Amino acid sequence: MIDFQSIEQMLQDTAEQGLSLWENIQSSDCHQQGISREASWQKMSGLLEAMVQADAGYCEDDRSNSGLTGGDGGRMTRYGRESGDNSLCGAFFSEVIAGALRMGECNACMKRIVAAPTAGACGVLPAVLLPCKRRFGLSDEALVQALYIASGFGMVIAERACIAGAEGGCQAEIGSAAAMAAPALVFLQGGTPEQMAHACAMAMKNLLGLVCDPVGGLVEVPCVKRNVIGAMDALSAAQMALAGIESRVPPDQVLDAMRRVGQSLPPSLRETGRGGLAVTPFGQKYKPESIAGA
Amino acid sequence: MNLFDIMGPIMVGPSSSHTAGAARIGRVARSLLGEEPVEAELLLHGSFASTGKGHGTHQALIAGLLGLTPDDPRLPDSFRLAEERGLRFSFDTCSLRDAHPNSVLIRATGKTGRHMEMGGASLGGGRVRVFEVDGMECTFSGELPTLVIHNTDRPGCVSHVTIILASTGVNVATLQLNRGSRGGQAVMVIECDKAVPTNVVEEIRALPGIQRVTSYIPEGQEETV
Repeated sequence: MIDFQSIEQMLQDTAEQGLSLWENIQSSDCHQQGISREASWQKMSGLLEAMVQADAGYCEDDRSNSGLTGGDGGRMTRYGRESGDNSLCGAFFSEVIAGALRMGECNACMKRIVAAPTAGACGVLPAVLLPCKRRFGLSDEALVQALYIASGFGMVIAERACIAGAEGGCQAEIGSAAAMAAPALVFLQGGTPEQMAHACAMAMKNLLGLVCDPVGGLVEVPCVKRNVIGAMDALSAAQMALAGIESRVPPDQVLDAMRRVGQSLPPSLRETGRGGLAVTPFGQKYKPESIAGA
Repeated sequence: MNLFDIMGPIMVGPSSSHTAGAARIGRVARSLLGEEPVEAELLLHGSFASTGKGHGTHQALIAGLLGLTPDDPRLPDSFRLAEERGLRFSFDTCSLRDAHPNSVLIRATGKTGRHMEMGGASLGGGRVRVFEVDGMECTFSGELPTLVIHNTDRPGCVSHVTIILASTGVNVATLQLNRGSRGGQAVMVIECDKAVPTNVVEEIRALPGIQRVTSYIPEGQEETV
């Protein structure tokens, strides 16, 4: 039984049980929640389906209430399709970037999305999973299993550190999403649980200290585009892990560092709209009349 | 915490606290009113007041009052839906003492004239907390099936209710009791591990000293009734 307090314990327990990691994550959660594995699988499949629907429902003409967000996902999608592999990042990465933007924009424009782990970071997982499905011809079943892997690592992040921008800055939202997506990608490429753990650690390390400084306190600028860096971070961390590269700092110690970094961030850089990009001359134009607690 | 607190919920954006949580608060208020609302006054406090507009908090609260769940794609159009269904509403800001930054006070009137006041806070990740019902302090999350019972403050009320629950196999998770004055109006809030069947709610309603029983069932748990 996984208690989700540490990645090391999660892997050790899985090895002892002789289960695959996604199965052990699923059965541990089912046991704690008192639900059947079928019910759990159905729910997770529903989340994947909702991600696919959300992406399909993107509309380039949608604009957010503030007017700050909209249209970039469409712009990037067209550019990627037209330039193909002749562009700087190539067709696959263009698709990932476009997917992250589309989902971030869907969220800002009040469309239906899947928080993963938060609404602001909802673009990271679908942005890497859906292009991988197309490129490698993966089954929905494999993707649902990958979502269990992502959730399992996410549980440890939430237990050991946090997944809310107001608590830990953007590293807790986009950083966590990337650190959940990276092991999921390693899984889909047939990597080992140890490689998944290192992918998680490397993805998190690369975004350690990322601040939460949204313009106007809204989930728009820079949140939408940070979904892109989260997706790219996950892909590169997974690629390194698959090459046999390890995080020098053990994965659990990385999460402990993340918690401490989050606690060290001043409140102005933790989703209050009172620091960073929010207080630039541009950001000031969108300043709410009063900020809570100010 | 479980896997689906990390992956999910499915929700209408942009913010789990300011949108999904707001819709859930509205939905709890509707449930406590116990009938179709025709009039509502919503007082926004703190961050709800200052950044609510950009987060669709207003639309989400009204959507919840109309019974929509946080993942309902009609959420952004809730104002139009309210007009269709004959719900008049108004928004204002307020400053509540010691309240969570994402708080709202909802005063609603139903189609038979029933009136209800509720204070709710959105805690993040879509989780909410009700902190006041009809002027009386209480606290419940809306994650568990909950009974809110208005009764006269007199001996035996609590035991009559809990005996009925016990005899139908409903386990009580939390129980709170508050009263306005000795022998006056009291409110009992009971969070249960499973939804209380409709006939059991009726049985409690018929007990002496009980004025009103509201049964709140979280979204997705309705089928267990």
